[in-house]
Formats: sequence, C-alpha cells, structure tokens
Amino acid sequence: MNVFDIIGPIMVGPSSSHTAGAVKIGYLSNKLMGEKIKTAKIYFHGSFLTTGKGHGTDKAIIAGLLGMKPDDVRIPESFKWAQKEGMTFCFEGIELRDAHPNSVKLNLTGVSGRELEILASSVGGGNIKIFQIDGLDANFGGDFPTLIVHNLDKPGLVTKVAAMLSQKSINIATMQLYRSKRGGDAVMVLECDQEISPESIKWLEHLDGIRKVTYLSLEESA
Amino acid sequence: MSFKSFNEIMDRIKTSNKPFWEVILEEDISESQMTRDEAMTKMSSLYLAMKAADDNYDKQLKSPSQLVGGDGEKIAVAVKKKAMLCGDFIGTVMEKAIKMGESNACMKRIVAAPTAGSCGVIPAVLLTYQEQNEIEEMKIIEALFVAAGIGEVIAHRAFIAGAAGGCQAEIGSASAMAAGAVVYLKNGDGDCIIHAAALALKSLLGLVCDPVAGLVEVPCVKRNVIGAVNALTSADMALAGIRSQIPPDEVIDAMRLIGNAMPISLKETSEGGLAITPTGLLIAKRLKN
Repeated sequence: MNVFDIIGPIMVGPSSSHTAGAVKIGYLSNKLMGEKIKTAKIYFHGSFLTTGKGHGTDKAIIAGLLGMKPDDVRIPESFKWAQKEGMTFCFEGIELRDAHPNSVKLNLTGVSGRELEILASSVGGGNIKIFQIDGLDANFGGDFPTLIVHNLDKPGLVTKVAAMLSQKSINIATMQLYRSKRGGDAVMVLECDQEISPESIKWLEHLDGIRKVTYLSLEESA
Repeated sequence: MSFKSFNEIMDRIKTSNKPFWEVILEEDISESQMTRDEAMTKMSSLYLAMKAADDNYDKQLKSPSQLVGGDGEKIAVAVKKKAMLCGDFIGTVMEKAIKMGESNACMKRIVAAPTAGSCGVIPAVLLTYQEQNEIEEMKIIEALFVAAGIGEVIAHRAFIAGAAGGCQAEIGSASAMAAGAVVYLKNGDGDCIIHAAALALKSLLGLVCDPVAGLVEVPCVKRNVIGAVNALTSADMALAGIRSQIPPDEVIDAMRLIGNAMPISLKETSEGGLAITPTGLLIAKRLKN
C-alpha cells in the first residue's frame, strides 16, 4: 500500500473498476499486440455486461485499445477516435466460467494480421489481471515488463529463455508455467524488473519449439 | 510497510519529533523508493488535478443515464444569492462536493480519493478552505499526505471499497481523511488529527452501498456532500477539544466488523436499499432497454 494508491489515480470517471480498469485492460492489450489494432471483438461478462454501459466500460475498452491511458480526456469520444484510426469493433455478451464479475474477453487482429486473444478482469481500484492469453492460463497485472512465451511442452525451453534474460542482466521478478497437457501447448509468463530489447524478443521467436512470443513493454514510446 | 495503526503513527511522531504529514511521507518513500522530491511533485500533481477538475465543471453536462448533472450549479446560485442556511463556507463546500461527483459521473477527469465515487469529499473541503483562507499550496500538499496516511490505516485495518465494506468504506473513509487534513490546516496536532478522523468515521458507520442501476450516480454524488460537511463538523469538534471515547484504531476495527456483517445486497450489488425501491428498479429497467 502506497499513499498514491489512496489518493489517486487521476482518472476519467465514473468508476475505478468499470472505467479506469477497463481502459487499463485495453491499454495493456494494445501493448501486448505490439502493433496497431485493426479489428477488436469484445465480449463482456458479468457486471461489465450488466452495468458497463452506464459506466462507459465500452468507451473505456476502446480507448485503451487505441493506446489511451485511464486519465485521457478523449475517453468519452473513443468511438470517434477509433473511426479516425480505422479500428473496427463490436461488442457481445458472454458467460465466462468462474470468472471475476468484471471480466472481458478480447479477440484482436493487428494491422499485420497478428492475432491475440486475451481474457482479463478488473479487480478493483483500477487494478487488473490478465488471466488467459491465447487460450492458456496466465496471471499478471501489467505492473512489470512481462514476457509471454508460447511453446511446445518439452525439456530445455525454460532454461533457454532464462539464460537469454540472464545474459542481458534482466532480473526475473515472478515466473509462471502453464500447459494444456503433457507435451502439448505450454506458456511461460515472466514478469521482469528490466525492459527486454526488441532484438532479444526476435531471437526468442526463432528458437526451435517456440510458437509465439508476446511482450508487454511499459516504456512510453514502445 | 505503511502504518497499520494510528498508534504507530503517533509513536513515530513522538520518537522522530516530526509532524504527521512528514512521518507519512518518509515511511512511504522508504517503501516506494521514490525520492522525497518525486513524492512531493506527484502529490502536487494530484492537487493540481483536483483543482483543474473543480475549475472545469460543466453545468450543461448530464451523465449517460440522465440521472446526474447540473445540481452543483443550483447550489452555486444559492450560495451567490446568500440563500444558504449553512452559510457561504459550508455552502461552497457542498457546491464543490456535488460538482466533483457530477463531473465523475459525466466521464470527466477526477482524482480518486480514495475512490472515484467519493472523489468530491477531500477537494471540496481542502480547496474551499484554501480559497477562503489564503493557504499556500505547499501546506495543502502536506494536508494531502495527512489524508493519505489516514486512508492507508483504514485500508489496512478495514477497507476503502464499497464492494468490500459498503459506503462507510468510501464516503466514510474520505470524510475521515478530509477531517484529519483540515485539522492539520488549522494547526491541530497528531492527536487532534486522528480524533477528528475517528469522529468523522463514527458518524458514517453502517452506511450501505446501494447504487441505483449499479451506477456511481444515485445516491453517490450527493453522499459526497455529507462526507465533506461531516468532515468539517468532526474537525471542529476535535479542534474544540472533543475526543472520541472509542480510540480511533478501534473505530476503524468497528467499521471492518460492520462491513463484514453487512449483507452482500448492500455492498455495491444493487440488490438492496435505494436500488430496489420501485423507482430505483424502474430506472434500472429503463436503462437496460
């Protein structure tokens, strides 16, 4: 608990969970995509579905997907900005099993055709959790630079990723491993204390057994 | 770690011989690894954002539901006409509290303090007091550290979210924070600050969170008024020498127990209270269509 968790954040209202949290989910998804988003299918669950409209959750998510932050005064007009930027979107309702009441599923396509599926929850006070990415479990809040590696479940890949980070003097803050089944699809989620360079991400993408690398950079310009 | 009790803060004030706000600031930067200057600059930016939000009130705006908007202007007109029973000072505090709550409901930029729903309480008290007493900016920033320190203890011992503890956790906490902060502006000592906070919190114990149609509008906007005014009366009581018979830390603990005992229907689910009055339900139905 920090004093600025009590006073702050500066945000566009009306709700830290339904508005500011939704912007953050969109913003982090935009970062994870790593390129401009062309189409977004948005599925609202629970309280996001029932009271989202009155809280501007729809406008908030779109604002975030366009790269806006929770204090951006353009949030109420985000639909217009989406049109300007050529991003198309649609909203639907969904019932996600065992999900937090404030949850959303996003199916995104980038300008290069890159696809990304994200399931996330707004857990209060503007804080969020991404709990599934491309169909596999995850659990991170976007407070650290985060590396997500989808790979085949086989020996040695964790070592290779960890060795690369070690060589670049990047410290791992937390690490999670999930898999669909033995020898199947697996994912590692690594929250790091330092940023990882684009070259290192590219190098990882070409490793044998690695299917997809997604990286959340917290650098403003990225 | 931030302070877990008012007693810890009072002990630190005694051993360090530093004022309340500085004890909070120093404990915070030891944890966050911010420099003192960075923390002061950040708090200053929050203060300026509160001021900007107050200045940018738009009396024409209506919330998407049409339930909220324009009421702050009505109070402003009454204050100008000298028609307020409560007088100029409390009248202006009421005006600012409603305006900020309305701005929040209308998707304008505000500062959560401690939440978006209770964002009007602290700025209403501090900005009005500053305007009418020519307080310098630095002193207001120090008062915001006092408010934050009170909020931290409440968040640690109880909660600051309506979904967790009802409205007492949001408007009640904001009111306690504002009471302590304004006591600091009136040069009250640490003991006076924590008792003002306790007196404010006590008067709002049990307040439920029952928003109509699940929106941060009815009754949230106008509850910012009672939070702000209650902060002033509590501060005046403490400054006059009144002390809470129940020690301040125990008052917060009582809030936790009350919040835990509160049924889920009265904790932001819109399944009880004002939300399920015939009119509340009608509004919810209209908004669904």
